[in-house]
Order: sequence, then structure tokens, then C-alpha cells
Amino acid sequence: MADKSSEKSNEKINGDERIVETLSPIERKILPVLKKHALDIDSISGKAEGDKTTALRALEFLKNKGLVEIDEQKKKIVQAGINGLFYLKKQLPERRLLNELAKRNMIPIKDVEKLGLNENEAKISIGVLKKKAVIDLKNGNIILVGNKDEIARKTLEEKLLESLPRDLESLEPQEKLAFENLKSRRDIIEVIDEKKVSVKLTALGEKVSKMNLKEDLIEQLTPKIIQTNAWKGKKFRRYDLQTSGKKIYGGKRHFVNQATDYAKSIWMEMGFKEMTGTMAQTGFWNFDALFTAQDHPVREMQDTFFIKNIEGKLPEDKIVKEIRKAHEGGIEFDGKSKGWQYKWDENVSKKVSMRTHTTCLSAKTLKKIAEAKEFPAKYFALGKCFRNETVDWSHGFEFNQTEGIVVDENANFRQLLGYLVSFFKKMGYEKIRIRPGYFPYTEPSLEIDVFHPEKKKWLELGGAGMFRPEVTIPMFGRHVPVLAWGPGFDRIIMESFKIQDLRDMYKNDLTKLREMKFWRK
Amino acid sequence: MNKAELEKKVGKITKDVEEKITSMGAPVEEITNDSVSVEVFPNRPDLLSLSGFSRSLNQYLGKEKIAKFKIENDKKIEKDYKVKIDKSVKKVRPHTACAIVKGLKLDDEKIKEIVDIQEKLHMSIGRKRKKIAIGIYPMEKIKLPIQFMAKKPNDIKFVPLESPGMKEMTGAQILRGHPAGRDYADLLKDAEVYPIFIDANNKVMSMPPIINSHETGKIDEKTKEVFIECSGFNLPYLKKCLNIIVSAFSDMGGKIYSMDIEDSVDGNFVSPDLEPEKLEFKVSDMNKTLGLELDEKEVKKYLEMMGIGFESNNKKTFALIPAYRTDILHWIDLTEEIAIAYGYENFKPEIPAISTTAEEDKNARTKKVIANILAGLGLLECSSFHLAKKNDVKKMHYEMTNEDFIEIVDSKTEYDVLRVDLLSNLLKIFSENSDSQYPQKIFEIGKVFEKDKSPLAKRSETGIIEKEKLSVAVVDESVNFMDARQILDYLFKMLDIEQDKYKIEDVENSDYIQGRVGKIVVHGKEVGFIGEVAPRVLKNWKIKMPVSAFEIDLEALGMISN
Repeated sequence: MADKSSEKSNEKINGDERIVETLSPIERKILPVLKKHALDIDSISGKAEGDKTTALRALEFLKNKGLVEIDEQKKKIVQAGINGLFYLKKQLPERRLLNELAKRNMIPIKDVEKLGLNENEAKISIGVLKKKAVIDLKNGNIILVGNKDEIARKTLEEKLLESLPRDLESLEPQEKLAFENLKSRRDIIEVIDEKKVSVKLTALGEKVSKMNLKEDLIEQLTPKIIQTNAWKGKKFRRYDLQTSGKKIYGGKRHFVNQATDYAKSIWMEMGFKEMTGTMAQTGFWNFDALFTAQDHPVREMQDTFFIKNIEGKLPEDKIVKEIRKAHEGGIEFDGKSKGWQYKWDENVSKKVSMRTHTTCLSAKTLKKIAEAKEFPAKYFALGKCFRNETVDWSHGFEFNQTEGIVVDENANFRQLLGYLVSFFKKMGYEKIRIRPGYFPYTEPSLEIDVFHPEKKKWLELGGAGMFRPEVTIPMFGRHVPVLAWGPGFDRIIMESFKIQDLRDMYKNDLTKLREMKFWRK
Repeated sequence: MNKAELEKKVGKITKDVEEKITSMGAPVEEITNDSVSVEVFPNRPDLLSLSGFSRSLNQYLGKEKIAKFKIENDKKIEKDYKVKIDKSVKKVRPHTACAIVKGLKLDDEKIKEIVDIQEKLHMSIGRKRKKIAIGIYPMEKIKLPIQFMAKKPNDIKFVPLESPGMKEMTGAQILRGHPAGRDYADLLKDAEVYPIFIDANNKVMSMPPIINSHETGKIDEKTKEVFIECSGFNLPYLKKCLNIIVSAFSDMGGKIYSMDIEDSVDGNFVSPDLEPEKLEFKVSDMNKTLGLELDEKEVKKYLEMMGIGFESNNKKTFALIPAYRTDILHWIDLTEEIAIAYGYENFKPEIPAISTTAEEDKNARTKKVIANILAGLGLLECSSFHLAKKNDVKKMHYEMTNEDFIEIVDSKTEYDVLRVDLLSNLLKIFSENSDSQYPQKIFEIGKVFEKDKSPLAKRSETGIIEKEKLSVAVVDESVNFMDARQILDYLFKMLDIEQDKYKIEDVENSDYIQGRVGKIVVHGKEVGFIGEVAPRVLKNWKIKMPVSAFEIDLEALGMISN
């Protein structure tokens, strides 16, 4: 049987009582000490038998609960410095000199130091007294000229020093003068910033402070309290639910990978199989199998990361022969295809580069599908591609592409649009622009743009199309319609992560990674 | 393109027309008060001139019928309208296609357009003059017939355009000492003879693909008649290129005249040939590829919008491809023409009901599992570049020589090699994040690269081995070996590799602190390293706190298979 007894019922309590229940032990101690008029913090912490920091924190909580008003004033306080404290005991040096003069009327300057004044004190004392016109210097002697009653009176400086500490603001004009004088002398006085905190009760605070603050509330629920049923019939102190906890961060997947997983799931929901492959590829798969002429600009160094001093291998002769034929002209397709009409060079095909698109994976998969004669078939890939590009906000030299192919006798252009529109919709893009495009390996071809609201321009996401017979015939021996696409992926997701610059994608700024929101589409 | 000139031909460029230009397949890049820039794809060099572009746009907008280009002397070619290709040139630049255009009324804008189209064709289908070089000469400065021949570099003498000091130079001197000569010297680098055009007076007109003669000069406002030649290696391309130029001249009001090209090696022909090419196609193929149900009439309409003629007889249908189009190789190329005219935005997207089975790559799934285990421990996953900087890699692997690196050719970035490990990336991240909250616990899963040194027969396709790895690293004021070990133990446990199946073997590895580094051996197989990173390495990376880390090969671990 479940125990249905509860902690003391909270029903029917009024607002003020609720407030009392939120008070921590230290707040309970402080509250009765407070008055309707302002008290300063030192007297409060003294009376509440706590240290100042604890008291201040508790007062802050009380303020949040509307029980007190805290008045903070920054003040400049004048207090005695090290020398000042010493002179308070031993008197100022000019006083000591004056006292001696009162006895002797005249002292040789060279004897001043015998009075226990150091050289500096002697010099200053003479200066000060001369300025006050109570002494004169004649033939190396100090002669008293002021009258004795006058010199017996305390100087303004002495009076000020004895009155310290004082609020700088509270000094009278005459005292100000003395202050300036003393300040010009070493370490007699100093000015410090002091925060003066004073606290008074609000009307609500006054009311609450008179209520019963003695009730024993449970502070921390402990295993012991649970076990011994000590909680029964007792109240728990109410917590201030508005207070945030200390910041914590969790471990998580990299945001690009979170989005990648989601995109992969979109393709899989549509029945696509994943294809993967190496990041380095031969020209054969990256370009030649995709009917990209060997003198096409993309195959030049300035656009592609070619690998130094490594020569790749070509696949078996049959496919090489077919691809050569496609390039040189002579593939049978309702008559002979013209190809690129040049001499295709095996060595150019063996050059290794970092893949410039994931379409090389599609080319390889196409060959497998053709060999197994297993289609209709739908494949996708999501992976890194590389371009030897100068990097800016919308261009990275490493970026992800989301690749797909559909091999089906009945595949058509409308279906190509169907897959793409559906994918982009699930990625959060209701509005995309599809326009004609050009790729050596597709016909018809298209480009997909999305509108970038911040930069106010259409952002090219990449292309799609239907593979040309020059691509499909070397693989299948005849033209089988293949839908193919490979839009850039990083540009698609930068908006969702509020990334303005593609350069931030792989920067691994840990603070940003920790703060980065989770992918939720 | 000059906006005012373009608007003279196509009317005002409104927002609507702007969109039409993009739908036509030439995305608008920028429109300012006085210029219009569009992107022209490499398959449409005929759009590279203002004339060609406005011709296509007007047809697309339905304002202009299919262009018909008339050859003025098609009945009989004048005796002198002849270019003789000498055998000597066959070795170095074997072909040329030529034409004459008369009745031109040139002004500044038109001359600019002609120079511009020549330059754009050189850069695009001309592949920087390698495949095609174009020469245009004022007729009043030359005498027909013309010869295309080759001579030894030192036997060629003429004053080239922009010759320093208007001096006569030899072919060899031009390549060494003339600015254009130096720019294009590579194209004639190993040639024993250089090609030249000479006129009936034996005057050198030009030395393609380098430079024209100063004497035969440039066209100017007084020029009424021109001789045009395209020289290069592939005759069909040269003919197309010539067609693009003469059609543009024709649009400017010029009259086109044919020439006899005498080629004793490859055969004589008449140039230019502006007859549209007749290409048979089936309307049903168009419909099947596009997913539409168009009838002949609609197909005709759409093709004509694209400047392509349509003919049908005896149940056969033909497209008449304008002579300036280079990109229509067979019927498949007509599908895009029809799609563009139909309007990409008018297609109804459709997803067919074909049954296929979805499948995630098994390795990808395993990597995800590992990432989730580590994220569960509070580690942050990082993702860094596969390219690295050699100097960064050497901060840990100081013993690596240039030989060991897989280097990139002419990288435009600072990254010049493929990464050899993941830990260097993680150290880089620590080094760049010293102002971020500690402790920092991070990991990365990804590929690292190494040269495949096995004999050719066994070597991988690319000569590179790509290994799937995992690296974990922890940095904090008082991190030690155990911080990494703890994570490794938990990970292995979750992957069902029990404690008795693996051990950490003492090993010498100066990347780590001696006595605090070990080989991770699973089922008797070495899979990676674990240890406290050596202070030398930390110093190199300017990391001020201890780092404990491990890196394992997921394939060796048996988690991933290829």
C-alpha cells in the first residue's frame, strides 16, 4: 500500500505565510534585526551574528521577495594613512617643532633633526610653519614669530587628522584646504572607495518580520529524514524557483553530423540505400565516367586538389574501353554519339584527386547496379567533397554534398523534381527555385537555388539532372534513365544553425559548439 | 552586356524579363543602371555575344522567328574567295574554317562586341586558344586568295600588333619577346614550324594562335568587309565557332559570303555552312523523358521558342538545329530545350511508387553508435578538415619526412597535405580554445590517410589507404592517463569488448610521456595508442595544460569493414 500521508498541508495559507515559508534560516535571522529606517550592513550582520557576505546574499534574496529595499551608495572615504596613524600617536612633525620653539624661541636649523625629525620631516615642518607665518628664518636659525596663544591652538590639519575617517563629501571648505595640504604629504591620509549598503524594510517586510519566523522547516531532504518519517507533518522550505542554476553543458554530436543523420533519414524514408566510398578518387571515376572531357577546366590544378606523385589504377579493360569510346565518339545511341572528339588519355584518367563531388560514388554504384541488373534502384550518399577554392562566406574547400540516384526504366524529369522538392521541404525549405543548369554528364540538367534572407540573394545549392547516354551506355550497354542530384549540403543547413559564414562550420569553437542548439527538424 | 544596347534589341529589361532570362538558362547575376551580367553555361557559347544572346531571348519571348542566315554567293563562289591549306601546316595546326562578311556598318559599340565575342570564344570553347584561335581582318588590307601554311620560326618575319617599337620580328622572337607571344608560347612550345596566314601578296597576316600582323591590322569604324578564320585541331568545332561569329555579324547587318577551302590532305569544303542540321527524334521519347504528354504542335512551339526548327513528314519528326548551336549531339539534348521552353517552374513534381528497400551503411551506423556512447559521457564531437597543414602535423609527428606525406598540388589554401591522424586536429582545437570552459573533453571520428606502399598489383585504386579512426582527448589542469583510460574502458564495455579481451601494453612512443603511454591491443591485435601527450608536443601547440588521449583504428578493432 502506498503511504498516503503527506507533509503538512499547504492549503489555505495566505500569501504572507507563503513568503515566510520561503525564508532560509539566515534570512529568518536577519529579518527581525531590520527596521523601517535604513540600517547599514555592518550593524545588520553584527546583530544577526553572521558574516557580511552571507548577510549580503540573504538580503539580496529578501529583496527579490519584496521584503527589503537595499540602498547602495558609493562613497569616497578619507582615512589616515600609515604615517597619519603614526602622527596621531606622536603628533605631526610641525607640532613637535612648534612645541620646542614655544620653549626656546629660537633653534638653529641644523639642530632640528636632533628633535627626532628626519630630514624630510624637518624640511616639511619648516615649510609648513613658514607658510603659516609663525616662524622666520634668520642666519641659519628658526625664530618663533607667532604669538603663543595662537600656536597653542590645534591646526586645521591636526583637527582633520583626528576627525578621520570622514566622508570626502562632508568636508567643510577649510577642511578641504587642510585635506589638500595633508594629501600632498606622503601617506598621511588616503582616499578609499567604499560601498555603503543600507537596508530598510518595505511595508510587506515589516509585516512579515513580525510574523512567526520560528517554525521549523525542512531545509534539505536527507535519506535520514525519509527513513525516519521525520518529514511527516512538517513543511519544507519553499525554494525561489526563479533562480537559475549554475551553467552546465552536455556532450553532443557535432551539429553538422546531427543534420547529416536527419538528412540521411529523409532519403531512407523514401527507400534509398546508402552508398559510401573513398575520399580520394581517380580521374576515371571522378570525371571520365561522368563524361567530363579531359580538357575541361575542372580537371585543371586550380580547381581540384590533385595528389602529388601518386598514380591510380584503372578498373578492368571493358569499362575503360567503353568510357574511352564515349569520350572519343562512337557510342551507339540512335546513331553514333559524337563524344568530345579528341584522343582520350589513360594517364590523365589515372591522376588521383580528392573527390570534387560525391557523384563519383554514383558512377561506381551505377556500374554495380548494371552488373547485378538490379533495378529499379535508389541510392543516396552524404559526404565530404573538396574543391581547390579560395574560401569565403559561401565557399568552403571542404563541404558535404547530398547525392542521389534513381535507376528506373520509367524515371523522368518530373520525378527528379519530385524527389528534390520533397527532400528540400523536409529540410525546411518551402521555397526553392529550380532553373536550367549545365553539367557535362546530365541532360536535361537543373540548378537548385534557395533565397538567403540575410544576404538577400539566391544561393546556389547545386545541381541535378538525368544522366546522359554517354554515362549510362558504357555501364548498361544501353540507355537506362537515371535521375541524379548532388546539391551542396552545408549551405542547406547553415541557415538552421544561424551560421552566416561557411568558414565557421568546421572551426570547432568549443564555446559555440557547447551553446549550439540541437538540430530539430 | 551594355544594358542600353541590349534593350535596343530586346526591349526593356523588366523584373519579368529578368526572370525569363534565368528560366531560359542564363541566370542573371547582376543588373545595374548600365550593364546586365548573366552566367552563360559552357554548352551555349552562342550566347556569349550580345547579338547571339538577344536573338535567343527574343525567340524565347516569342518576339522573333527562327533565324535564317543567307549566304550571298551560294550560287557561285568568286574565284579568289579561296583559302588554300598547305601540307606544311598539318603537323602544327591542321585545320581552318573561314568566311567573308560584307556590308558592315561598325561603330564603337559593335567593334567592342566583336572583340568581346572573340575573347570569350577563345576562353571558353577555344580553351585559351589551344583548341580554337580566331582571326578577323579588314578586307581592304589583304588580297585574296589566302594561304594557311607553316614555316620555320626564324623564317617567319612580320611586324606583330603591339610590337614593341614597331619592329619586324621573327616567329621565334615573338614567342620570346612579345607580350602576347610570351602568354601563349606554351601552345607552340615544341613545334618545329609555326602556322601563318599569308595573303596573295605573300604578306603575313597572322601567326595563330599567337598574334596578328600590324599591317593587316585591326578592324575599325571604316571597316566594311572582313575576312574571318578559325584555326585549330578539330574541324567540326572550328566550323561551329565560325558559325557563331558569322551569325553574330549577320545580326549586326553583315552579309555572309562563302569561301572554298582547299585541303589536299583532308578534303576540300565550302565554308561556312549555315544550313541547319536535321536531327530525327520521337515526340514519345521527349514525353517519356520529361514526364509530359505533349503533342507535335506543342513540341514544335517549344522548339521554335528555343530557335530550333521543326519538320515532320511520313510520321517522322525532325528538329532543325541552327548552325550556331554546338551542344545538340542527339535527341536527348532536345529534351532540355523543350523543358526550358515549357518552363521548369511549370512541371508538376511527382514521386513514383517504385518499391525499393532503404538501407543505411553499416559502418556509418556503427560510427553513429560510438559517437552516441561518447556524447553520453559528456564529450563534444568535433569535425575538422581532412586536409591538414604539414607544419601542424609535424608538431606531433616531427619525424615525418616529405616522403611520408600525401601532398596536394598547388593548394589555394594553407592546407597542403592529407591528415595522418585525428589527434593532431584535437590538439589544434585545444590550442585554439584556451579561453573556453575547462575541462574540455572532445572526440572525432573520421578518415586519415596513408600512402599504400604495397606492390602495384595489390595496391588500392588510388594508391592511398583511407583508415576510419576515432580519437578522444581530454584537457584540464589535473588531467592524467586515467582520464583517457576511463573513457576507453567504458567505450569498450559498451561495445561488448570485455576487460579480459584487451590490454594496454607498455610501449616506447615519444609523442607521449614515457611510462604513461601504451599500445591498445584487442584480441591480440594492435588497434591504437593511449597516453598522456608529451610536454614537447603540448609546447608546440601552445597548450598550457596536460592532455590525455587515445586514437584507435576502427577497422582493426573490427567495428568497421570494407
